[in-house]
Amino acid sequence: MAKRLLQSIPLLLLVSLLSFCLIKLVPGDPAVVMGGSNATAAEIEVIRKNLGLDKPFLEQILSFYGNLARGDLGRSLLLGQPVKDALIERLPATVSVALYSMVLTLVLGLAAGVVAALRHNTWVDQSVMVVALLGVSLPNFWLGLVLILLFSVQLGWFPTGGYVEPSVSFFGWLRAATLPAVSLALLQIGLLARITRSAMLEVLRQDYIRTARAKGLSEFAVIAKHAMANVRIPVVTVIGLIFSVLLSGSIVIETVFSVPGMGALLGNAILRRDYPMIQGGLLFVATALMLLNILTDVAYAWCDPRVRIGGGAK
Amino acid sequence: MSRQAGPGTWGRFLLRHGTLRRLLKHRAFVIGLVLFATVVLIALFAPWLAPGDPNKLAVRLRFKPPSFEFPLGTDNLGRSMLSRVIYGGQLSLLIGFWVVMLNAVFGILLGALAGYFSKLDGPLMRFADALMAFPSVLLAIGIAAALGPSATTVVIALSVVYIPRTARILRASILVVRELDYVQAARASGATNWHIMLRHVLPNSMAPLIVQLSFVFAYAVLSEAVLGFLGLGAPPTQPSWGILIAEGRGYIREAWWLTFVPGAAIAVTVLGVNLLGDGLRDVLDPRLKIEQG
Repeated sequence: MAKRLLQSIPLLLLVSLLSFCLIKLVPGDPAVVMGGSNATAAEIEVIRKNLGLDKPFLEQILSFYGNLARGDLGRSLLLGQPVKDALIERLPATVSVALYSMVLTLVLGLAAGVVAALRHNTWVDQSVMVVALLGVSLPNFWLGLVLILLFSVQLGWFPTGGYVEPSVSFFGWLRAATLPAVSLALLQIGLLARITRSAMLEVLRQDYIRTARAKGLSEFAVIAKHAMANVRIPVVTVIGLIFSVLLSGSIVIETVFSVPGMGALLGNAILRRDYPMIQGGLLFVATALMLLNILTDVAYAWCDPRVRIGGGAK
Repeated sequence: MSRQAGPGTWGRFLLRHGTLRRLLKHRAFVIGLVLFATVVLIALFAPWLAPGDPNKLAVRLRFKPPSFEFPLGTDNLGRSMLSRVIYGGQLSLLIGFWVVMLNAVFGILLGALAGYFSKLDGPLMRFADALMAFPSVLLAIGIAAALGPSATTVVIALSVVYIPRTARILRASILVVRELDYVQAARASGATNWHIMLRHVLPNSMAPLIVQLSFVFAYAVLSEAVLGFLGLGAPPTQPSWGILIAEGRGYIREAWWLTFVPGAAIAVTVLGVNLLGDGLRDVLDPRLKIEQG
């Protein structure tokens, strides 16, 4: 684990360099772009000074990393608040919706994949696969809008948007978070169901499954104990991908459902050209994702004793 | 096989081992091909198929639900949704096309360099890892936000996001192929690196790349919609499907079809391409899994 963390340091340096360079991509003068069309020359000068754009390139990089080492991601132009504080403030909403969506994904994706594999080549299998394929083909924010149309506007079962903290009212949170979580989950359920199904089909062909059946184990024990042990491995691999889809998806889904999370914060920052916020947000998310991926690798080794992290026998 | 491998083989790729015949027997592939070809043909022949000018205003006819006269209804300015969706497809598909093209060119170039020249492998792949550490759509959003909204921006952003993934896949298959006996034999007989690369290694490492490119197209159409929806796409004068959804969102209570129709068009296109890709994967490269994103 420690070794794996150490290995990720060069990657982290590169990632931070890339997010630093983002502002260099802005065509023309970034300070003018950020100031907007009504900004006076003096206002633009203030922005330039605040971001250190008037300093030489090398100095900019050094101060960027200096600040980073102190955990300072800069200050949002839009909110006037430190980027880090803004992100942390909005993290709980994003995490709560993401976890909800993850639970939906794991339960439904695994169940659908296993059922499809056990009923291979029947109508059950085919309908699960059609739904899974639709899941990976629909734009999730569009699905969110359609769900709002159906369940909020027409049926009135759920609010059209907004967010309630679970500590305030769990039921209120459930009502507010269900549609965003479902729209985020559909793509991942599709992914997970497809992977689980093909892993399960692979496993069911193995000799030890036949042995387990031959020695008289119940079908449930064969599947739950023997087959699932090996299905876990490819499934854990996709979990990393699912985290990434979740974090990307939250920008547009939180915008659609007006969930006051990190995604909506970044979405708004993009529209208003708040580069320090965009930069800090990207770096934050990439780092979080990297840590989650390390955790996934650890879980991977735990699921499959043949895998050893950080060299050694593989 | 390797002796004949060369420029001619690239064109004959599909005919080798009856690949084309097996593809046409694959039900999902055929359904996907039909869906995708229909969408592409509609976009290509838009001027003949669309009932009228997608930007013709008729404010008296605003928010007309789907009817005989306006099969997909009209929008907030009375413009025919059918025309707008047909023309919108042109831009969405064109963006997908260019992203795939750039992925093919740079994916092959970088993947081949990394896979074939071990000295370049480390630096190129570390760089690819760093780009891939960002969630794909998020990185595209960041780049597009920096470059400013336009269709070109979207193409560049999505290419930067997917090229490392494509290059990685080609590299992996080259690493296997370059150790095969016939490549060693070619080297022993004094063939140059270029010759080995172009005639022996690349043609035999193509299958995973082709599969990947089909999925890149699907991702590109989906991600373009996200960028367009967030206001990072082309200007509204030539709207893509993503921008149409964004426009319709404000009127979702009055006119559901404004949001529903362009999204359904995206879904049909992506579904078609995904089926196509699944078919290609099953036939060309059965070992490949569906997990690259």
